[in-house]
Amino acid sequence: MEETIVNATKLKKYFPMKEGIFSSTKDYIKAVDNIDIKIQKGETFGLVGESGCGKTTLGRVLIHLIPPTAGTLVFMGSDLTAINKSELRKLRPHMQIVFQDPSSSLNPRETVKNIIGEPLKINKRFKGEALNTKVLELLKTVGLDEQHMYRYPHEFSGGQKQRIGVARALALNPDFIVLDEPTSSLDVSVQAQILNLFKDLQEKFGLTYLFITHDLSVIKFISDRVAVMYVGKIVEYAPTKDLFWEQLHPYTKALLSAIPVADPRIKRKHIHLKGEVPSLISPPSGCRFHPRCPQAMPKCSENEPVLKEFHKDHFVACYLY
Amino acid sequence: MDDYLKKHESRIKDIRFMFHLFRKSLLSMIGLAIIIALLLVALFAPFIAKEHPTYAEVSTEQGTTQVEERWEIHFDKKLLPPSTDHFFGTDDYGRDIFSMIVYGSQTSLRICILVIAISTLIGVVLGGLAGYFGGVLDEILMRITDVFLSIPYLILALAIAAALGRSIDHIMEAMIITWWPTYARLMRGQVLTIREQPFVEAARSVGAKNSRILLHHILPNSLAPLLVQITLDLGAVLLVAAGLSFIGLGASPGTAEWGLMISDGRSFMFHAWWYVTFPGLAILLVVLGFNLLGDGLRDVTDPKLRR
Repeated sequence: MEETIVNATKLKKYFPMKEGIFSSTKDYIKAVDNIDIKIQKGETFGLVGESGCGKTTLGRVLIHLIPPTAGTLVFMGSDLTAINKSELRKLRPHMQIVFQDPSSSLNPRETVKNIIGEPLKINKRFKGEALNTKVLELLKTVGLDEQHMYRYPHEFSGGQKQRIGVARALALNPDFIVLDEPTSSLDVSVQAQILNLFKDLQEKFGLTYLFITHDLSVIKFISDRVAVMYVGKIVEYAPTKDLFWEQLHPYTKALLSAIPVADPRIKRKHIHLKGEVPSLISPPSGCRFHPRCPQAMPKCSENEPVLKEFHKDHFVACYLY
Repeated sequence: MDDYLKKHESRIKDIRFMFHLFRKSLLSMIGLAIIIALLLVALFAPFIAKEHPTYAEVSTEQGTTQVEERWEIHFDKKLLPPSTDHFFGTDDYGRDIFSMIVYGSQTSLRICILVIAISTLIGVVLGGLAGYFGGVLDEILMRITDVFLSIPYLILALAIAAALGRSIDHIMEAMIITWWPTYARLMRGQVLTIREQPFVEAARSVGAKNSRILLHHILPNSLAPLLVQITLDLGAVLLVAAGLSFIGLGASPGTAEWGLMISDGRSFMFHAWWYVTFPGLAILLVVLGFNLLGDGLRDVTDPKLRR
């Protein structure tokens, strides 16, 4: 009954760090390190983690904007790592992305009509008058109207720019959209509007989302399942309700204890983590969280724990379970 | 017409806003006025000047032919001070300095525009490709650029003049060869920052090819700093060209070229001050004009300085 739209196994993305004129590779930034991920059609898959943990890279690798270093990536039945350029270009319309910063994701020297119309023109879907009509329809879908067609991005507010970005992503009727922190540069009231827009669009077009964010309240609101990422690895994933009810991995516990509660009388137990987030260049041996983990055991630094199903649909990579 | 205005309303507003900012700066407006005046003078030289050169085709020592500019000689009128007949006086051959300066503007403008246009074209193409594709191509193109950057224009101009003869065309070649690397480096830097912008990634994610990304997304967004550099360099090219003519590498003797006129006038500096002064002032004014214009453009095109 459930259809998998994205299926990645042992996905890796290492960025080489080059030095010197002959570009000898000194080291790698292991932004995505051996990740397995399955996204079901029609769901919103949340991805949380601190800044710099590789979640943005994972999002880009999943739609093949950045080719993975290793692993397989199956999208709607075709292996993106095995096909050639022109086949990949044919699949592009099915997977789109909405960026974090709405200002820099729109070409400042193009009108809104050209920005939204570009995907349609490139893929030869519409032209001339039909293109205008389609762009107008898209603008209306995201809550803008005709008067905005011939303006430039700098004439819009942040929320409106993000709507334009969404309209561009919708132009090709995609099946899967990566939302890369789409609300984190907007203020709270606008955030709510944009989140509701995403929900409406999902209902209307049957979209599948990968929602990347560091904002846990946003994740709680929008996603069906959540994966927690730490230093290039997924440490825990579960349906949203289960995860907010019970956290298994010590990192998830600490992360969720940091959500502010809007009631000063409630005493909360903050879990303060010691130390710094390790770098992606030389992550700690064994479990990557062990140097900061309050419940670390000797074996944690030796072998890496694998993800296993602790409850139904609730996976965790930790030796405590 | 209405439809056209509606479609371009935003662009027109933007241009008007830039012009409004530009107009607020007196110095930029002076620069603009000087350059417009120069263009008008060059364009309408035959109507403004009192004496006119004739052109003849001559063969050079190297066996090629070139067009030579000739001015009528009046020994009876030599070295006359400025008067209503000769606004800027006459030179040692009795030629009207005012007319020569007017016609000289054509020569100067031609040098500036050709040198800058060709260097910009080479620089934008090579710098753009190097910056966009990176890797080995970048390495190769930039090392070639470095080689050209290390050639001093003076030595190259001397060498070309020695080998091919004295001509304005030859100093233009020397200047283009030494000038384009600056643009290549500038363009490469621009492209490096712009290609990492999310809107380029967005274009790629909808299936845009490299050629489309380069022409539609990267090029239009990297031109502003280039335009400023071009305007400033127009003045610099004029100075260098005048300098090369002054030391006897550029224009052939008898031509109305500002640098050459100063060079010829040097020996009469103490009893015919007008001979060197007016060509000198012409160079000063035009270079100043280009520099003021360039500064003004930089101020209005840099969004950080705008508000």
